[in-house]
Amino acid sequence: MGVRRKVGGFVLKVNPILCDGFGHCHELAPELVKIDEWGYPIILGTPTPLADGAALESARYAVRGCPRQALTIARVDEQS
Amino acid sequence: MIAATTLPRVLHGASGRPLTLEQHEEAFSMTERPGTLVEQLEAAGLTGRGGAAFPTYRKVQLIANQRSHHKFMVVNAMEGEPAAHKDQTLLSSNPHLVLDGAEFLAAAIGAKNIAICVARDNPKVVHHVQRAIHERSRRGRRGPKLELHAPPWRYVAGEESALVHWLNNHESLPQYRPDRPHILRIDNGPALVDNAETCANVGLIGRFGADWFRALGTAESPGSTLVSLSGAITRPTVLEVPLGASLRSILVAGGADPDPQAVLTGGYGGAWLSGDHLDTPYTNQALGALGATVGAGILVVIPKSACGLVETHRIARWMANESARQCGPCAFGLPALAEDLRELAYGSRDPRAVLARLVERCGVIEGRGACRHPDGVTRLIKSALEVFATDLNHHMLGAPCVGSGSTRHYVPIPALEREEEMVWE
Repeated sequence: MGVRRKVGGFVLKVNPILCDGFGHCHELAPELVKIDEWGYPIILGTPTPLADGAALESARYAVRGCPRQALTIARVDEQS
Repeated sequence: MIAATTLPRVLHGASGRPLTLEQHEEAFSMTERPGTLVEQLEAAGLTGRGGAAFPTYRKVQLIANQRSHHKFMVVNAMEGEPAAHKDQTLLSSNPHLVLDGAEFLAAAIGAKNIAICVARDNPKVVHHVQRAIHERSRRGRRGPKLELHAPPWRYVAGEESALVHWLNNHESLPQYRPDRPHILRIDNGPALVDNAETCANVGLIGRFGADWFRALGTAESPGSTLVSLSGAITRPTVLEVPLGASLRSILVAGGADPDPQAVLTGGYGGAWLSGDHLDTPYTNQALGALGATVGAGILVVIPKSACGLVETHRIARWMANESARQCGPCAFGLPALAEDLRELAYGSRDPRAVLARLVERCGVIEGRGACRHPDGVTRLIKSALEVFATDLNHHMLGAPCVGSGSTRHYVPIPALEREEEMVWE
């Protein structure tokens, strides 16, 4: 594997069956996760570039902070 | 060989009793099929008849390319839609044709087991399938093992991942599948899940070939399809129509109201189609341009005297109750949508705010469940807001249409035995 170059983007993915609406992801990554009126996450659909280090870090915080472990980070490779 | 341009095809020889194996072999004689089954399916352009209209040959290829000794073929005849009767009609007239198709598909993917899934709430159909399997086992023919499975009936139990989850000895609940195409597995073996009507069509293509199949229907959607007609009709029926026939001709053939207010297409997760568009050909391409779908071949006819909003509310309320309550947006969102629709249909203090909230909630809920159950409901509600726009205006101005006061309803909704079964209220 080695070093992954920071090209392409990522999206957060939530498993809606596991998710119980704790809302930690919204607290930890407010720029990527909004919250609906019942407390369940609405995830930003457009990929964020991996070069955006701050966003990636907060996404990682959100993944680590999810009490139900329902979040994952999915890489989106740019079609070029 | 039955003639290519005559209907019925999959219901050929139906007489109210299921055909026995001998009668079946007489009615559908075997001919030499050119090419392999996958080639023929690709040439025939058969799409799945369960609702998604996915090309069947691609599903078959996907599973056939998997390396495994324990593949499964699953025939989905669960028929979750209360307005649909096509699978039960098919299995109680031509069960062997479905089993033939399942055996062709099993041979094409290399499956050793075929599971036929029928809801246990329909004991007649279960009995017919049992009998057909028994007739085949008495022949002592070699080939894949046929098994009958009868999960309890629920709307979402017919969803393919829920069905496969049940066959894995779990509850029949839809599962989260993040990446598509996703290969469903039973005991770690890849499974091909196909609707019963698709299997029956495969049974015909496997006999007579792709050119025979293409003799009916349009170039993009060839073949025939089963349509379950209900609503403003003297007697709900199942018809076999060529794809591309106009909606009006289907309604006339079924004896339905030829000048309705609207038609529900696709199913309870489908879309309303205004009565002005009845000359549209019944294909996914033509209906898709109007926001409707063929779906599982369901048409529910609503007469001019009925209130579309009330009917939509009844569907939405029932669909909210049928949610598996696994995902938050579906478990909480669908009851909220049903409640908003009730306020719009029966009057509320501030209907404009309710309408704005309903539209916003539809946008929020869409695409956030593990399965497509919430998406279907939002699609239905959005189409209702468009098709019944003038009615909606009258309702919002405090002058509801005449039909909303009537107790005569048209969309078939299963009765709840007790009102407490409405879990969310």
